[in-house]
Amino acid sequence: MNTFDYIYLVPLIPLLMFLFLGFTAKRIKEPISGYLGTAGLLAVFILSYYTAYRYFFVDGIVDGKFQQIRVMVKEGWIHFTDKLAIDIGIIIDPISVMMLVVVSTVSLMVHIYSLGYMHKDTGFSRFYAYLSLFTFSMLGLVLASNLFLIYIFWELVGVSSYLLIGFYFEKPSAVSASKKAFIVTRFADMFFLIGILMVGYFGQSFDFMTLNSDSTISMINSWIQNHQIFSFLGLSIFTYALIFVFIGGMGKSAMFPLHIWLPDAMEGPTPVSALIHAATMVVAGVYLVARLFPLYYHIEGGAALRFVAIVGTFSALFAAIIALTQEDIKRVLAFSTMSQIGYMMMALGVSGFDEHEGLGYMAGMFHLFTHAMFKALLFLVAGAVIHAVHSNFMDKMGGLHKHMPISSWTFLIAALAISGIPPFAGFFSKDEILTAAFEYNKVIWFVGFLVAGMTAFYMFRLYFRIFHHKNTEYEHPPHEAPWNMSFALIFLAVMTMAVGFISFSEYVSADLKPFHSHIHWGDPLVIGSILIALTGIGAAYLMYYKQTEYPAKVASGFGKVYHWTKNKFYMDELYLFVTHKIIFDKISKPIAWFDRNVIDGFMNLLGVTTENLSERIKFIQSGRLQDYAMYFVSGVVAIVMIIIYFR
Amino acid sequence: MIEGVSLFEILSLTTILFFIGVYGFLTRTNLIAMLMSLELMVNAEAVNFVAINKYLSPAILQGQVFSLFIIALAAAETALALAIILHLYRLTENIDVKEVKQLKY
Repeated sequence: MNTFDYIYLVPLIPLLMFLFLGFTAKRIKEPISGYLGTAGLLAVFILSYYTAYRYFFVDGIVDGKFQQIRVMVKEGWIHFTDKLAIDIGIIIDPISVMMLVVVSTVSLMVHIYSLGYMHKDTGFSRFYAYLSLFTFSMLGLVLASNLFLIYIFWELVGVSSYLLIGFYFEKPSAVSASKKAFIVTRFADMFFLIGILMVGYFGQSFDFMTLNSDSTISMINSWIQNHQIFSFLGLSIFTYALIFVFIGGMGKSAMFPLHIWLPDAMEGPTPVSALIHAATMVVAGVYLVARLFPLYYHIEGGAALRFVAIVGTFSALFAAIIALTQEDIKRVLAFSTMSQIGYMMMALGVSGFDEHEGLGYMAGMFHLFTHAMFKALLFLVAGAVIHAVHSNFMDKMGGLHKHMPISSWTFLIAALAISGIPPFAGFFSKDEILTAAFEYNKVIWFVGFLVAGMTAFYMFRLYFRIFHHKNTEYEHPPHEAPWNMSFALIFLAVMTMAVGFISFSEYVSADLKPFHSHIHWGDPLVIGSILIALTGIGAAYLMYYKQTEYPAKVASGFGKVYHWTKNKFYMDELYLFVTHKIIFDKISKPIAWFDRNVIDGFMNLLGVTTENLSERIKFIQSGRLQDYAMYFVSGVVAIVMIIIYFR
Repeated sequence: MIEGVSLFEILSLTTILFFIGVYGFLTRTNLIAMLMSLELMVNAEAVNFVAINKYLSPAILQGQVFSLFIIALAAAETALALAIILHLYRLTENIDVKEVKQLKY
């Protein structure tokens, strides 16, 4: 298979763009660097769509099954043993091609949008350089053919996320947010690395195709059978390896309890939030689980997968509850992202493997795809609104519909999509997830069902409060976004309406075999999920379309619970307590004391002793030549005498 | 090989020569005189090389070659030492090592 040999160009173009823009950031001024970055991304966009076309419609399918194609860039890059060697390779299969489309589409739109959004910003060229770096790392992550390579790009996206969150580095809040994001994800990545090493050791390979093959899975399973002693709490060590890998994904995908960095990450420029913290980087965890899905599903009867399902479901509910009460529009969107990613994890967790059983896997990937479109759109509209109003808070907004019609309509489309109203994209994917969850476990289904209603409510709370609600008096009358920003909004809105009609199951499935799935319109499940979404929207309409008394009443009705959710269940405070009061005070300080007094004390003792000793014998260094000659001669005489005596 | 002179006599001569050099080096405080004493020691060694080579293994010539090396080296070393002494004199107007002892702890 040599038809995809050009594929290495896809990550290479943004890399070269990053190097070029990075080195010339001081010299190339405003519009040109943006146009250059956008042109590079356009090339990537075209290549990605061409690849998708070639893969899905021409070359990909052989004997009714999608092929996994590996394009080697360098074989045996790092060589440990014959089996444990790390190659630089590119894997092409349905999910990586799908991710290519997602990343290049959203990234291109963000590049175009930023031409308007970052206009007259002093760091304009730097911004485009960072965007290129991020796009390179994300494409590399998507295409990486083995665990080690994915880890390298995993860290690279972490770094570019750090750089972009801290883009306005004059602001202390941005600096601390970027540090927080980096440290929390690094903490998770430590587990990821341990997991990779364990998987590599027991699976005898880092390569995805080898690891996911039937022979490797049966080898591991029989190893587990024969070595029951290597287990803890009834789960074998390999399941823990998979859970460790998943913890890495939890860090990047902001799953509970490692989600605390995501709301703070909203300090970055809004296009960055749209690209990194809504559409692409944060779904890396979902992508990772999907990449290793055969392992997760088959090893020990899917024990690790159950963990994924539980974490995903809980995070979805947890984040949705918090999103209900937030006042900062970007934070609402951040928690909404976390909730939707929880949905995707839940979908993967409840999935089976063969044919129709793999509905959850396909639905999770489908939701990833549709979510990337509408959530990027939501963030970009939020950016346009913030650009116009110069505030993040809903209190300062209201009645913007007549000032910014394009933003308002596109936001409405995206909000309908995320709420799950047909015929918008979110409905189809969300409905598939709920169907899969219903077959797996009623409790998980019910939580998902509840979250769907809450999602509809908080999204429309946001919509009404930004665009209707009240007629705020603005100092500078807000105006519609410039053409380049509006173009991105309209393009993504069209995508949001269109992508739901792709029959996804014919392209992406757990066992790579296409199958048919379609919506049963009369099914109570479908009707139920539409109804709960409508209920959520209706409640939001009643409470927020006009200024009413209801929100305050409901808030006081919930009493303490309202304050808990408003303060995000005090998770940040809990982390501060654990780190400052317990880790810093009880562990770090004694260690610091030990270091300062015992370790340093020993070293100082050595130093002082040497100094005292040399103080006593320094007279030898008298500066008189004859003395030195005398020492020398007497030394020679002594040596000669010793030799003669002992001979 | 010199008729009627044994190796022992030559070695005695060079030993005496060498220790005269050592004595001079340790007692003289004038740098020029110390340099001359050093030359005495070096020359005693050169003679040693030639004598031992000639008396013990006349077939090979390493000892004589070495003595040639030593002569060349001694010349270079003298030039260097005289340059240092000259420079020292310019700096301190003195070449008595008892007076020049700034380089100490």
